[in-house]
Amino acid sequence: MDATLSPLLKRQHLIDPDVCIRCNTCEEVCKPKAISHDARQYAIAFDACNGCNDCIPPCPTGAIDSYRRVETPYTIAEQLGWESLPDDTAPPDAPSVRDTSLPEDVARIVAEATRTSGPVPPPWSAAHPYVGLYSAEKPAIATVVGNHRLTDEDAESDIRHIVLDFKSTAFPVLEGQSIGVLPPGTDASGRPHHVRLYSVASPRDGERPRHNNLSITVKRVTTDRDGKPVRGVASNWLCDLERGAEVRVTGPYGTSFLMPNHPGAKLLMVCTGTGAAPMRAMTERRRRRLPLREGGEILLFFGARRPGELPYFGPLQKLPRELVDVELAFSRVPGKPKEYVQDRIRARKDDVARLLSDPDAFVYVCGLRKMEEGVLEAFAEVAEGAGLVWPERLERLRREGRFHLESY
Amino acid sequence: MSIDYTSKIPNNVDLASNKTLQRALEQWQPRYLDWWSEMGPVESKPWDIYLRTAISVDPQGWAHFDYVKMPDYRWGIFLTPPEEGRKIAFGHHKGQPVWNEVPGEYRSTLRRIIVTQGDTEPASVEQQRHLGMTAPSLYDLRNLYQVNVEEGRHLWAMVYLLHAYFGRDGREEGEELLARRSGDEDKPRILGAFNEKTPDWLSFFMFTFLTDRDGKYQLAALAESGFDPLARSCRFMLTEEAHHLFVGESGIGRILQRTAEIMSKNNIEDPKAVRAHGVIDLPTIQRYLNFHFSVTLDLYGSEVSSNASTFYTSGLKGRFEEEKIDDDHDLSKLAYPVLRAEGDKLVSGEENALMTLNERLRDDYIKDCQAGVDRWNKILQRGGVSFRLTLPHKAFNRKIGLFSKTHVDPQGRVVTEAEWLSKKDTWLPTDDDHAFIQSLMGRVVEPGKYASYIAPPARGINNQPADFAYVRFN
Ligand SMILES: Cc1cc2nc3c(=O)[nH]c(=O)nc-3n(C[C@H](O)[C@H](O)[C@H](O)COP(=O)(O)OP(=O)(O)OC[C@H]3O[C@@H](n4cnc5c(N)ncnc54)[C@H](O)[C@@H]3O)c2cc1C
Repeated sequence: MDATLSPLLKRQHLIDPDVCIRCNTCEEVCKPKAISHDARQYAIAFDACNGCNDCIPPCPTGAIDSYRRVETPYTIAEQLGWESLPDDTAPPDAPSVRDTSLPEDVARIVAEATRTSGPVPPPWSAAHPYVGLYSAEKPAIATVVGNHRLTDEDAESDIRHIVLDFKSTAFPVLEGQSIGVLPPGTDASGRPHHVRLYSVASPRDGERPRHNNLSITVKRVTTDRDGKPVRGVASNWLCDLERGAEVRVTGPYGTSFLMPNHPGAKLLMVCTGTGAAPMRAMTERRRRRLPLREGGEILLFFGARRPGELPYFGPLQKLPRELVDVELAFSRVPGKPKEYVQDRIRARKDDVARLLSDPDAFVYVCGLRKMEEGVLEAFAEVAEGAGLVWPERLERLRREGRFHLESY
Repeated sequence: MSIDYTSKIPNNVDLASNKTLQRALEQWQPRYLDWWSEMGPVESKPWDIYLRTAISVDPQGWAHFDYVKMPDYRWGIFLTPPEEGRKIAFGHHKGQPVWNEVPGEYRSTLRRIIVTQGDTEPASVEQQRHLGMTAPSLYDLRNLYQVNVEEGRHLWAMVYLLHAYFGRDGREEGEELLARRSGDEDKPRILGAFNEKTPDWLSFFMFTFLTDRDGKYQLAALAESGFDPLARSCRFMLTEEAHHLFVGESGIGRILQRTAEIMSKNNIEDPKAVRAHGVIDLPTIQRYLNFHFSVTLDLYGSEVSSNASTFYTSGLKGRFEEEKIDDDHDLSKLAYPVLRAEGDKLVSGEENALMTLNERLRDDYIKDCQAGVDRWNKILQRGGVSFRLTLPHKAFNRKIGLFSKTHVDPQGRVVTEAEWLSKKDTWLPTDDDHAFIQSLMGRVVEPGKYASYIAPPARGINNQPADFAYVRFN
């Protein structure tokens, strides 16, 4: 499982025997075959569980939705002997930044997006965000004032830069926050669609300063996570919107994935695909303030299949090197070996190790869930190579609000 | 694998490409809705109920939670996706590819199996139709609806098979499924237990723990079927069924917890004193358990059955977890122990394994029930009371099979007619028990509040908070 993710303590997925009725649905849906049972009890093999969470929705009791942070994972034999879940003896998480004013569904999405790293406080010098000003019941209405494609016409993914104008509606955001979008219409059961979150891609003063607008980066979802064709409800609707169309927006959300504001703060960013949105917001903030000479390097690792699949490729090429040091990794360029962001992280190990040890450096990782594992392994390797004890370092980075990971 | 919700009948079987079938089912649908409004939950107004609906049959999509305005639940036809290259795992056809059409020689047998299974689904809805008026909480009311809409959908699953694969006969059987009524003297449901009343919530929880578990074992045996569309329907039904078992097990568990709390707090054991506190005394719960368990055991049929052996050899109905069993999957040369009454003793003898498949399924079922009872006893233990629930002996109070003519007490001792009559009231619920339970059946619908006899659940549905409005009466 995510042995590298949780420092010192590992996050172990368990089944609460007090609640479980042994109906076997979890074992049936578990593809990695991590779940097994004896005559009286169910157990999850720590090493086999890949954290896919396929077992969560079919469980009628919620027993499967149980976790413990442990130093040594419980073995199958131990779990089979349980009458109840053992007490949680782990020290409390880093101060919780989970905002209680979030609606239940958004709180759940956010918790899910940050579940491997758990709640992390914001950087100490982050500006204070506004959260949850608009809800599904009372959304803000924004107007589309721009929608253009960021990837090549022949690229596999259609990723778009969409600019939303809030006119006279107050909608203050910070870099790294996200907004909720309510697609029109109803879902299968005839209920309004649930909210979808999109990271803000523009800095706090807007896509166009002093115009009360912001941008988002939306990828048209045409397959499910297994690669089977589906038409993502919100993303397809958004990608097809014309100028002048109205969008119901909730939020803003996010109290943790925020940028430091003190001079000299350094940013280490890793992203793939639409994970670029918050990175663009932060870089753009810094670019606009270049004349202030606040300093603080930015090292960006960015992965895509090919240059034509990489959102903001053109603009990125034009950024001054003094602002941002960009490492691109392409996995599908004909005639070239495959490269992933983790390979570039390893290639830049000295700089990465230096930043991981620098109290003024802040790490941001954002993108599809799939990239997490490789990235974290690379960090671990680079850190250990530089003589750092990675689990301890990671724990400390998190505690100090210096390690932020958001994936979906 | 997603479900087409744009069609009148949501489905993942590409109904749109078979117009004749689609039309036939669309004609059946209004009658189904009539049946639901006549026999579904009493006093069902267009409330918003927080229900689980499948929007695709993969793990991410099949449990989608949201408010549904009854009766707009999207009843539909959902089969788990076919398993590539699946082979028949048992019987004469073992090793052959599964059938996607009904084999001619098994047509009537298969139809009977499907009709019998299908008949139990609407029956339980009919049996439970008054319970909404006495729900102990919003949470429980919501669970009742969830169970009911899914039983209703399971009827759809079977009717689809009848329509799609059995032509005119199938359509007629489909009509009959809506015409029979639980407990009706002229047109009763096919199986006895489904003609009993479910008059109160204790019975409901017993029913969902015990009788729905029979459903689980029957479905699991059919999920092994060589007739693939049946196997795939049952597989999907099984995932839904798990929640019904949960409702039963946790329902009784919460009742026990509440009773134990009151008993310990007031240091009382006498059932009368316990009842005086508005909670259900443990001997009464034991009598309900005895009754529901024994009635449900009859659903498995006779211990020695040539029908069951035919189902097996023809590849139509397997054993529980057939593919995990390590034997020849032919069974004609194997033996299985069966208990029978000889004079005033119960003795065990070996019978041909092929003839005793009902007994074997029943034994698997009993083991599963025992594990549930053990978990209940743990609640009592933790609650500080010494009383323990036990499953009655499998020969107790049976009306079908080898024990139907013998009186056996809950411990498994053969008793005379006279002794049976004199002790029956200590073993099975009495009129007084029923009257007492009825007296507790008020309706509690304030979010976060629960009737006196039941503890709140350990967790809400879909991780919702304790005082969540599971039903919105608008
Ligand atoms: C904190 C956070 C920030 C996000 N930021 C962005 C962003 O900046 N840009 C952006 O485009 N998206 C972002 N997302 C994802 C976004 O919220 C939606 O999940 C995504 O657009 C798909 O929504 P949909 O309605 O089109 O698909 P749905 O109709 O919800 O889903 C259709 C199918 O697609 C699968 N699916 C859902 N999301 C994805 C995905 N991201 N990749 C592949 N398959 C998927 C589902 O499993 C389902 O099978 C973010 C998500 C979170 C939690």
